[in-house]
Amino acid sequence: MNLRRLKALSKKEFKHILRDIRMLSILLIFPVFLLIVFGYAVRFDVENINLAVKDNDKSQLSSDFIKSFIHSKYFSFTKLIEKDADVKIVLDEKQAQCVLIIPAGFARDFYSNKNVNVQFLLDGVDGNTATVIYGYAQTATASFNNALTEKNLLRAGIKQLKPLDVRPTLWFNPDLKTTRFLIPGLIGMILIISGVVSVSLSLVREKEKGTIEQINVSPISSLELLVGKSLPYFLLALFDAALILVAGYYIFDVAVKGSMILLIFSTVIFIACAIALGIFISVLSNSQQVAFTVATFTSLLPSVILSGFIFPIESMPLPIQIISNITPVKFYIVTLRAIMLRGAGLSAFWQQWVYMLLFTSTLLTLAAIRFTKQMKNN
Amino acid sequence: MSGNAIEVKNLTKKFGKFVSVDSINFSVKQGEIFGFLGANGAGKSTTIRMLCGILEPTSGDAFVAGYSVKTEPDSIKRNIGYMSQRFSLYDDLSIEENIEFFGGVYGLEGKKLIERKDWVLESAQLTGKETTLTGLLPGGIKQRLALGVAVIHQPPIVFLDEPTSGVDPISRRSFWELIHILSGEGCTVVVTTHYLEEAEYCGNIILMDAGKIVAEGTSSALKAQYIQHPVFEIETDSPVELMEKIEKAPFTVEISLFGNKMHLAAQDTFSTVSEIGSALEKFGAKNILRIDRIVPTLEDVFIALVDKKGK
Ligand SMILES: Nc1ncnc2c1ncn2[C@@H]1O[C@H](COP(=O)(O)OP(=O)(O)OP(=O)(O)O)[C@@H](O)[C@H]1O
Ligand SMILES: [Mg+2]
Repeated sequence: MNLRRLKALSKKEFKHILRDIRMLSILLIFPVFLLIVFGYAVRFDVENINLAVKDNDKSQLSSDFIKSFIHSKYFSFTKLIEKDADVKIVLDEKQAQCVLIIPAGFARDFYSNKNVNVQFLLDGVDGNTATVIYGYAQTATASFNNALTEKNLLRAGIKQLKPLDVRPTLWFNPDLKTTRFLIPGLIGMILIISGVVSVSLSLVREKEKGTIEQINVSPISSLELLVGKSLPYFLLALFDAALILVAGYYIFDVAVKGSMILLIFSTVIFIACAIALGIFISVLSNSQQVAFTVATFTSLLPSVILSGFIFPIESMPLPIQIISNITPVKFYIVTLRAIMLRGAGLSAFWQQWVYMLLFTSTLLTLAAIRFTKQMKNN
Repeated sequence: MSGNAIEVKNLTKKFGKFVSVDSINFSVKQGEIFGFLGANGAGKSTTIRMLCGILEPTSGDAFVAGYSVKTEPDSIKRNIGYMSQRFSLYDDLSIEENIEFFGGVYGLEGKKLIERKDWVLESAQLTGKETTLTGLLPGGIKQRLALGVAVIHQPPIVFLDEPTSGVDPISRRSFWELIHILSGEGCTVVVTTHYLEEAEYCGNIILMDAGKIVAEGTSSALKAQYIQHPVFEIETDSPVELMEKIEKAPFTVEISLFGNKMHLAAQDTFSTVSEIGSALEKFGAKNILRIDRIVPTLEDVFIALVDKKGK
């Protein structure tokens, strides 16, 4: 590798990008667009759930219980229902998304250590939202339960002994925030699409125009050509990643919990995957049109469907789970979620790094071999 | 080394079963302008690309600046300049950016790069237009710029593949002047063309047809060697009709069409315009506007050679 030649190649490629509206939009406008569409439109977050209450007990305990719901930031109190018949009306007319019904004898049964059943009615039309609301209700109930049980036991003289401490804590994503869950996948998807599409066009364009011939006859080696030409795309992709992270932080409130250094390294490795795939497509295609189609297809589809970005991989049928390994996005998402949401260290995801590095080196080697051969025989 | 810049030995290239270059042999002397002539598809580009080390020969070998195209293509690449048949500069870069890119590729920088950049600009008559986009330049100027860029690193040998095709005659002339300047500086120039008249600007030439060399030497030697008969140029209204008519005539040796003109190589006994004129009249040829005795061109040589092979 000759640095002077690499520099000349990268500088030239950078100028091509700056003068090519199509390339600029793939690299800069498209990521912003995706970020906004996915960040806002596909937001599954549930907040300010309208809650109506029917209190048949009207005790101190029941009113405490209701308060524990209302004071959580998820529920907002809309209505106190008086008649049983109104429950149905409130739900039907969508005056509330859910109704909490406290039975008569709630306090009495509780203090005499009987089982207490509280009814929680949900509008199940939007299954996704219903599941989320149900989760919140359980969490609210459980924490109320725990606080009371502790108090009860104390009163009975049993101190600090907690035979059962059920606390359904939602790990890693305590607010059930889907944006938080989506951002890693979004970064992965944006980076792979813009990386693969732009790089695949860059080399094939030189083939199409015939300028590649002038490069082949110079002392530039195949590897220098591939690396030198990709470098600007690499830097722009890193810039994209930073942009999404900053936007994620300021707009969607998704902060990085773990190590920034690990995050940067993971992203660098992942961008290398995307670029290797782009180079590979570029070497195999003979026209920009073919390259564009293949690049879009191979980067967009798997990263949305197979990567675990939206659909959890664990719930896919086994054959699909195996196929899902073809996309490096899957491995990047695992890594990112570990770093961003759990603050995990390298030990939690080093296998993902190994896989991504393997992916990159295999594709690059195949591309370099194929390219050298192609150039000698055409 | 033998003092030859290029030695070609039984060089062959096949694409599948198709033989594009068929076991050719020739050599190019240091510092000469070597012409490579032939019709479309003759195998000129294929040969040049093998000599540049970017296309592997099927068999045979060639030595360029002393290096084998088979085993040392990388050493060759450092010693040559090449201008491909397709336009080889980047249209979306400015003139200056193109020059700087190729300079960087060949490791030029600092003072040396500035010096060479000025030389390229000057030889393409583009000084002061550094920031113009290359795609906006007219064809002739573009080719001059491409030539300058191809020799930016001052290689001892430069290959030019049809540099003047599609360029107007005046630009072609000034392009050839540039080639002569390069040659005067000691650079060996190999240039392909299908404008046969451009052979007159070259030292030695080879004529290629269907992958084979059909003739080689200087332009004047070739003419003397192959055209021993008097040649007449006949202008007519209906050239095809006339050609069919006199093709088999007893005075005809060779006949070829150039638009509405026709070149007739006649038997030696017909050496003047009036002699051939009356022979044509006797044979019943009509609509003849003009007859001149001409000095045969390389075109006549080429057509004669290709025809002979076909028969
Ligand atoms: N990569 C290739 N694969 C198959 N056939 C090829 C290839 N390159 C060239 N040929 C064939 O080899 C023959 C010679 O081509 P070449 O380009 O060398 O001709 P040329 O003399 O340069 O002609 P032109 O004046 O059109 O440039 C042609 O018939 C061409 O179709
Ligand atoms: Mg050619």
